Formats: sequence, structure tokens, C-alpha cells
Amino acid sequence: MQNLNPYRLNSSRFTNLLLAIAVVLIALFPLFDNVFYTQLISKVMIMAIFAMSLDLLVGYTGLVSFGHAAYFGLAGYALALMGPKYEAVSVWWSLPAAMAVCAAFALVVGLLVLRTRGIYFIMVTLAFAQMLYFIFHDTKLGGGSDGIYIYAKPEMKWGDTVLLNLEKIDQFYYFVLILLVLTYSLLKRILGSPFGRALLGIKVNEHRMRALGFPVFRYQLASFVLSGALAGLAGYLAAVQYGFVNPEILSWHQSGTVLMMVILGGMGTLYGPALGAFAFVILQEVMSNQAWFGPQAKHWQLVMGIIVMLVALYLPQGLAGLFRWSNKKRAVESVEANHE
Amino acid sequence: MDAATLLIQLLNGLQYGLLLFLVACGLTLIFGIMGIINLAHGSFYMIGAYLAWSLTSLTGSFALAILLGIPLTIIVGMTLERVLFRQLYQRDHLYQVLLTFGLILVLEELRSIIWGDDPHSFSVPEFLNHSIPLTDNLSYPVYRLAISGVCLLIAGGLYLLIQKTRLGMMIRAGASNREMVESLGIDIKLIYTLIFALGIALAAFAGMINAPLSSVFPNMGSPVLITCFVVVVIGGIGSVKGALIASLLIGLADTFGQVYVQELSGMIVYVLMAAVLLWRPEGLFKRI
Amino acid sequence: MSEPILRTAGLTKRFGGLSAVNNVSLDLHVGEVHAVIGPNGAGKSTLTNLLSGDLSATEGTVMFAGKNIAGLKSDVISRLGIGRSYQKTNIFLTFTVFENCRLAAQSRTPHVLRVFHRAESFVDINQQAEEAMEAAGLTARRDNIAATLSHGEQRQLEIAMCIATQPRVLLLDEPLAGMGPHESQRMIELIKALTPEHAIMLIEHDMDAVFEVAHRLTVMVNGEVIASGNPEEVRASPAVQSAYLGTVGTVGTLGNLGNSGADENEHV
Repeated sequence: MQNLNPYRLNSSRFTNLLLAIAVVLIALFPLFDNVFYTQLISKVMIMAIFAMSLDLLVGYTGLVSFGHAAYFGLAGYALALMGPKYEAVSVWWSLPAAMAVCAAFALVVGLLVLRTRGIYFIMVTLAFAQMLYFIFHDTKLGGGSDGIYIYAKPEMKWGDTVLLNLEKIDQFYYFVLILLVLTYSLLKRILGSPFGRALLGIKVNEHRMRALGFPVFRYQLASFVLSGALAGLAGYLAAVQYGFVNPEILSWHQSGTVLMMVILGGMGTLYGPALGAFAFVILQEVMSNQAWFGPQAKHWQLVMGIIVMLVALYLPQGLAGLFRWSNKKRAVESVEANHE
Repeated sequence: MDAATLLIQLLNGLQYGLLLFLVACGLTLIFGIMGIINLAHGSFYMIGAYLAWSLTSLTGSFALAILLGIPLTIIVGMTLERVLFRQLYQRDHLYQVLLTFGLILVLEELRSIIWGDDPHSFSVPEFLNHSIPLTDNLSYPVYRLAISGVCLLIAGGLYLLIQKTRLGMMIRAGASNREMVESLGIDIKLIYTLIFALGIALAAFAGMINAPLSSVFPNMGSPVLITCFVVVVIGGIGSVKGALIASLLIGLADTFGQVYVQELSGMIVYVLMAAVLLWRPEGLFKRI
Repeated sequence: MSEPILRTAGLTKRFGGLSAVNNVSLDLHVGEVHAVIGPNGAGKSTLTNLLSGDLSATEGTVMFAGKNIAGLKSDVISRLGIGRSYQKTNIFLTFTVFENCRLAAQSRTPHVLRVFHRAESFVDINQQAEEAMEAAGLTARRDNIAATLSHGEQRQLEIAMCIATQPRVLLLDEPLAGMGPHESQRMIELIKALTPEHAIMLIEHDMDAVFEVAHRLTVMVNGEVIASGNPEEVRASPAVQSAYLGTVGTVGTLGNLGNSGADENEHV
């Protein structure tokens, strides 16, 4: 939104500052040399990319997809299947290739599902993800319910020099961090462009956008494809981290979880869902920790479920809503609340 | 495939379809009339099944288990409706999806705490535990026929209720125009509560009567839920007629699919749905 | 007058057994305001929806600059140069006034591929938006969230968005609805200012406004046209007087008939 007085400390400048600080802190973290937590933060960052990709769709285009895990999982399977079994593939081509596969699938699915709206859209995206789940679960294509191991992690070489060894936890960490920052910046840029503004317009009042002459379907499809490709980026990284893919990463539980991260964090802000991913993964780690909570900790999903329900009922703006202190944003919020 | 095997598959497909109908019908009514998407609908199917199992173990009688279980489920459902769902009537579907997703997690864990994680089987009640011989070495279980029969009765009863009674008329009116119904002095809240109770009672009942065949196991509600979503999408949200036709369609497609294209049978349902949506983005039938 | 820029012939819309619009033929010329009046439920908004592409006609043609546009989608029709404003305010409530107009203007030069440029950096779009806001008198409220505007101001924004898309034809659906005398006068001046360059179809209940701006008048009752032509002649026609305007001499006192309750808009 336009700010006539650039010298006033406005909320988005402040938010950017906070984000920059966060990035620096995250970058410094591996210096603590704690393997477990470094890997955990890597996982958080990957989920943050995943959540941001869904925010593009849900928070900025107004399309609630309940099948986003399809792209997350598809990229992982693409990586597992695209190279020879025990040799490392090159990141240079395998990463774009995995994302391209996801983009292609998103294109096909989008052409079909964007004919529907509202609840139909939710259910239909869910069902297409299920289709993919069954393909990998029931056929020999993906190793069935056992999944596939990725025996050699992809490598990044320039000629004969190894630029990046993703087997090393610290190098993987920084690789993910860079991609996270790039993804956020890219999305922020795109969303500030005319295309991004049109998406937001479609979310707020699709009917009027059409009446104004925007070919709404094309914009939605573009958003859907981009969103799928970025989810693929996250899925590729996740597969590299675990060294393993199985059908459960495509499950609707996964789709529901990432949707929950988006809302918990605050949809329509980009940094919100990243925050939501962080909160969720940390919560999960804490609650399932048997050393702290004893044997009852295996029922951590009970508490998670209650938290999800509380967020749905009482915290529609999510955690990011706590950061909205400008009057303008409060006015927007009250309009949104009254119009739901 | 010879005639007897064909008949068996046909009967199986119809039975599965009719069972799906019970669950999907509740889902489509709740969504069509109340505008609520309830992901936890499958969890009530599961609750029904587990109640049937544990009450049968407790009382020794399957019939008694059903008689006790249904009211129990209705009470649970109505409490949830009053406490939770009511807050979300005017909200975006997104929050309903989220709320009910959380509810699924909660219900699954409660199930795990109360009944544990082991699968359990129990037998079909004695008086129905026979088979009708079809050929020299093939016979068909009476129990499955009983399930189909009961489902058909219920379908007929629903038809009568919705089309021929005053309550049904109020329900249909409430679906078209909530404010008008309210201003006519009809308590729409009561109708909503009744619909919700009816919907989940149907789901729970389906879980109960199918439990002897499927056994009870963790997460048993999930596949049923997803399939019912597809049924509702194909049949058209809010349409009971659509739910019936779509259920039968899917029941038969799935059953025959497992025979002919085993590996890809899980996908058939979704391919069907994609095909229907290409043709009719709002399902086969409009509401009620 | 010159050739009509938009002409409908035999336009009909049936909903089941009900003909909301039946065999309507009218034309719009650049430089003219063609007012369409009639009681509630006469089919006026349905007619507008048919022309803008929000509804598809059951029968009939709509010729725009020589091409039949009946059946085209609303975004296509908008891009061809037909803009409409809505009776029920249909703006982007959570955006600022400027953003509303900017987005409307953007529809003409979407700059879709320039994804790395900020939306506000496009001078051509900004200028268009500023001009539209200026014409509608909203420049002072530029940075206010649309939801905080008064009803009259929101109606002004409704028109501004329409203007920002630089249409040739303007379909205005009750622009004066709910406005006080000052705001109404302002809107009337705006319509007069727009007339020379545009072909305007005006749906209104405010008879004073109608007779002040209209060059042509069409009266619709029950979906059909019962009179069409020069405003004075139409007003004097006995058929129109008995069907709609009531007894002779009540034209002035009818004034602003106010907003409808169950309008045909509800069924759209």
C-alpha cells in the first residue's frame, strides 16, 4: 500500500527489519554446532518454503487447496526416480527438473480444478492429491507403500570441483537458507507487481475483477502453477534431507498440516506462514518429546488438534495478526472479519 | 466371469455403494443445508464402529450395542454442534476445514487413548450369520444382503422425510433461504441441530453395521471420508438423490475395478470425479 | 444521429418459465444518455447484466461496433470497451480508493510479464487512476480504505472504477441510489461531463435526474419495452403514464423512488 511519508517508521519497514534480523540469527545458528537442532531448523525452513508456496494460493489468490502435498511429494519422487540408483545426480538439473514436473502436474490439475469454486475446489484438490497418493502407494512405480531410498544425495559441481556437498549438514543448512530467502524475495517481488495485485484483487472480489476485464482464469492458473512449482522446491529439499520418499508425504494429512501452518502463521503475509511452519515444527518436537512428557507424549496430536481448533475459532489472522499494528491494517482486518 | 461371480460382484458393489450413501448423505445434507464442511464426518463413522465393538463386547448383543450407540453418538454430535460448529456458520469455509481437521486429530487420539491402537474384529450376529448358496461352491453372505436392505430402507425413509413431511419441507426451505424461514417463525437453529444429528447418526450407523465386515482399526474413517467427498462432489452438494446415484456408481466402479484393474483401482474413483467435473463443475444434481 | 455503437435486437432472458427480459431492442449512441426506467422487477438490471456479460441471453443479439457480443464472457466484453457500474456497490472494500482505481486502470494495460516491477511504478496506470478519481471527486480520499467511505463516496468510487477502464459504453445501474441532494447533483454533473465521449445507458429511479440528463428514454414493465424515444414524448404517452408514472402530473413528486427491496438483482 502507498505510504506518502517515507520517513515515518511504518509497519512494513519494521517487519522487514525483524525479518532481516531473523535471517542473520538463523545464519549464525550452526555455529552452536548442535547437529540435532541444526537439522531441525533445516526442516523448519523447508516447511516454511512449503507454507509460503501455499500462501500464494490461499492468502493472495483466495484459492484454498487441500491437496498441496501432491506437489511436495511429487518432487521428492521425481528426484528419487530420475537418477541412477546409487549415483548422485547434479543439483543443477535435477532441482529445476523436479520443479518442472510439479509445474506440469499443477498445470494439468489446474486446468481441471479451476472450473470449480469454493467447497468444490477444496474437495477436488484433495481428491487429485489422493489420486497421486494411490499411484505411488498401489503401483510398482514408486516402490509401493515402502517408498524409495535416495542413496546418494544430489551434488553441486562446477567441472570437477564440488561446490556443495549436501551430505554435510551445515552446507545443506545454508543451501536451504539461501533458497528460503530467495523464495521469499521472489514471491514478495511478484506479489508487488501488477500480476500480484491482480491476484489479490481476485481474492477480494473475483466477480468485479472479471467485470473490469481481467481474464481471471489465466491469473488463477498461473498462481496455481507457480505455487505447485515452489511446493516442489520444498519437497525436493525434504527428500534430500530425509534420503527417503514414501506415499505418506503426499497424504491429505500433510496437505492439512501445511494449510494449518499457513493459517496459524497468518495467511496473506508470506512471513506469517513461515512463522507458522516454525511454530508447528517446534510444537511438534516439544509435545512428542517423551523425555519431557512421559509416555503420554505419544498422544501429542491431541494437543495439536486442540491448538488447531483454537486457532480456527479465535485466531483467524494467525500469529502475524499480532504484528498488525498500523491503523490501516486494523481497518482492513475489521472489514475482513465482518465480511466472512 | 461367470454369472454367479458377476452376481456376487454386483451385490458387493451395490452393498458398498449403499453403505457409502449412508455416510455421504449425512455429509451432503450437512453441507447443503447448513453450509458446513465437516472433515470429521469420517471420524463419526469410526466412532460408530468402535462403539459397536466395545458395546457388543460389554453387553454381548449387537442389536443392543446399536440401540445404545446411536443415541450416544447423537449426543456427542449435538454437543459438538452447539459448542464448536455453531461459531463457524458465517465464517469462510477455510476455517471450517481447519476446525474439523483439528477435530479429526483430537478424535483419533481420543480413540487411541480409550480403545488403544490394536485392530479388533468381531463376528456377525448369529441370526444373520448364514449364506445363501448360489452355485455348487459359491454362496453369498446373508449379512451383506441385510446391510443393503437396511440401507435401502433408510434411503426410502429419507426420501419420505424430505419430500413428504412438514419437517422435510422446512429443511428444503431452509436450504434455499435461511432468513425467510427464520422470519416465518421456524427455529432454524433447531433444524440445523436436527440435520447435524441425523447426518452423523447415519455415519455412525454405517460404521456400526459394517464393523463386523471391516473390523475396527485406527484411522478407519479416513478412506471412507475421502470417498464420500468424491461422492458428494459427483452427486452435487446438497442433493440426496445425487448422493445415492453417485454412491452406487462409485460402489460398482470400485468393486469391479478391483477385479479388473487391481493396481489402479484406487484411482478409479478420482478419474470418475475428474470426468464428471469436466462435464459438470457443480456435480450431477443441484441441491435437494 | 449517427450509427448506434451498441444495438440490441430481440434480447430475451428466460429463467425457467419466467421471462425476465422479453424481446428488448434498444440502441446506444456516443454522446447520448439513454435512460431506462421502470418499476421494480421490470427487468432493468437483468438487461444490464445481459449487456455486460454477467448473464447470457436466451435469445437475441447485441451488436457492438458491428460485432455480436451476446454470449461473450464479462471480461471479454469489458475489454471490448463496455464498462458497467453496479447497483449494489461492488468495490474492493479492503483496498484504498487509489488502489481500487489503479487496479481498474491496470485492466487495460495489465503488464503481466513485468513481475519484477512494483505495480505503483507504472506511470500510465497511475495517471489513468488519478484522472478517474479526479472526475469522480475522490482525490481527497485517495489513501482511505474503501470500507471507511460514506455510502455516497462508495457510489462515486463505483463510477470511478468504471471510468478508469476507459470504456466507450457506460452501463450505469442506479448510480444515484442512496445519495443525498448534493452528491446526486455531483453525480449528475459527472454524467453530463462524460456524455460527449461516451454512450451511456442509465438505469435510474430518480426522475429529476433522468429528465435532466437523458436524450432518450425507454420504459420497461415486466421485462418488456412499453415505450421508447424522446423523453418528453414518452413522458406524455398515456400508456406509460398509466403503467408506470401513475396519474398525470406526478412525475416531479415521484422523485427518488428509493432502493428496491426484492429487486431482480437478487435472482442474478
